[in-house]
Amino acid sequence: MAGKDQALHMRTLASLTRGLAAGEFSSRELTEALLARIESHQPALNAFITITAELALLQADRADKVRAAGNAGPLNGLPIVHKDLFCTQGVLTTCGSRILDNFVSPYDAAVVERVAAAGAVMLGKTNMDEFAMGSSNETSYFGPVANPWDKKLSPGGSSGGSAAAVAARLVPAATGTDTGGSIRQPAALTGTTGIKPTYGRVSRYGMVAFASSLDQAGVITRSAEDAAMLLGVMAGHDGRDSTSVDHPVPDYGAALGKSVKGLKVGVVRQHFDEGLDDECAARVKDALKTLEDAGAELVDVDLPNIGLSVPTYYVVAPAECSSNLSRFDGVRFGHRAEDPEDLLDLYCRSRGEGFGAEVKRRVMTGTYVLSAGYYDAYYLKAQKVRQLISQDFKNAFERVDVIAGPTAPTTAFAIGEKTDDPITMYLNDIYTIGANLAGLPGISIPCGFAAGLPVGLQLVGPHFAEATLLASAHQYQQMTDWHLEAPGDFE
Amino acid sequence: MLARLRLEDGESDDVVEKLSRIVDFVDQLQAAPTDDVLPMAHPLNMSQRLRADEVTEIDQRDFVQENAPSTEGGYYLVPKVIE
Repeated sequence: MAGKDQALHMRTLASLTRGLAAGEFSSRELTEALLARIESHQPALNAFITITAELALLQADRADKVRAAGNAGPLNGLPIVHKDLFCTQGVLTTCGSRILDNFVSPYDAAVVERVAAAGAVMLGKTNMDEFAMGSSNETSYFGPVANPWDKKLSPGGSSGGSAAAVAARLVPAATGTDTGGSIRQPAALTGTTGIKPTYGRVSRYGMVAFASSLDQAGVITRSAEDAAMLLGVMAGHDGRDSTSVDHPVPDYGAALGKSVKGLKVGVVRQHFDEGLDDECAARVKDALKTLEDAGAELVDVDLPNIGLSVPTYYVVAPAECSSNLSRFDGVRFGHRAEDPEDLLDLYCRSRGEGFGAEVKRRVMTGTYVLSAGYYDAYYLKAQKVRQLISQDFKNAFERVDVIAGPTAPTTAFAIGEKTDDPITMYLNDIYTIGANLAGLPGISIPCGFAAGLPVGLQLVGPHFAEATLLASAHQYQQMTDWHLEAPGDFE
Repeated sequence: MLARLRLEDGESDDVVEKLSRIVDFVDQLQAAPTDDVLPMAHPLNMSQRLRADEVTEIDQRDFVQENAPSTEGGYYLVPKVIE
């Protein structure tokens, strides 16, 4: 779609790879252009925690050499950024936390390793909510990220830096992670395309753990075509992650051409109940109509227990987080308090100083719901309700191919607007959490604007239906131009 | 204490207030009928894979300990535990 005359920063991965192959520009030229753009917008957006300029230029030169030798991999010379919870060897990996503000990872995460082996060039590590706990990027120790559409607004979270960087055309693609909506919600709030794959589809090796039964790595890009290209490289079995699934990875790119004609699209009544902004509802309904006009069949489906997904999540996720975050103790790596009186004081003060308020709340909630006497009432109960929610999806997917609806209840909100009440913040993820609880893949794509701000359409599919989601999203993006809209200051 | 977190004096009121709101919020789960429901253990009902009992890691102790706040002779140093 994008032509030769288009500025490099406006081009998608698909367009850039054609340009590199045709010799229009080198990876070094591309990398230099984007690094300059990142540097110039960093003060206003704060999308990055670390910019790896030197390393990027080395990788770009290597990619150019590899291409000249005729050995270009599928992502050769293409720029990418990683959310700062993927371990990157020799590079700071902070997870947006003070407790890791000096942590240089001794190894690469599987995701980082795979995209690097395919030839990608890493430009930096993106800002995020601390340990991915947040929906606004405001819990980062390194400060909030601004939404490129309006710098007073949040880009969403927790992959807020990744979403802002892609939306602002600083980079065509970014990795993210999604435990309750952390890829899809920021994608919706910034007008980008974000996919969370099936649980186990992408290796979690080297991804700092938040809630291990929910965490999954994915991508934020500017088109479904680019998401297919990147996910194809990231997905696949990895023996180093015991939950990684040994299931063949289809050719996502080749599947994009599949028409939506005959596609059964489930519409969940509960998703349009109160709580959803009217303008957002209207845009999502327009998108459903577009799919219907292209031959998809809309089917009403019922997810009777979906209303309990947020409270279920806020038992399961904190429980797993309290256990996972026990490794941050000030002994082996990370922040250590000065002059501890004894070992207990060392633990308590290192953690007290190292973790921010939201992380502490979740660790304490998790410790509480797992403690003797409360375990059955909270954790076991939540895992049972999780089973019911999962069964609701299973029943629905006997009748439909995908479920479509809003990604988030509103468009982007102001930085500071929802920080006083954790529950209000948690409800941002009301439409996305179900997919995590059931381990299902979900994608958010831009479907229009409400008062000048992007609105996201979410598609959720059965386990391992990434190809269907990407193809449906791609077909929608062939019929609409919403994904091509760039924020005014960043064209 | 169980969570090994020290809160500053100014922090605790806010923490107590917000935690009780969170607990009230998740209490709505109690009303859900779950009598014959098995708790969900894994999104894909997968069983754990086993691997051969072979050494797959190389010794990188010194390299890994570069991130440690305090070490000596390959050990991590902490305040004295036994008097």
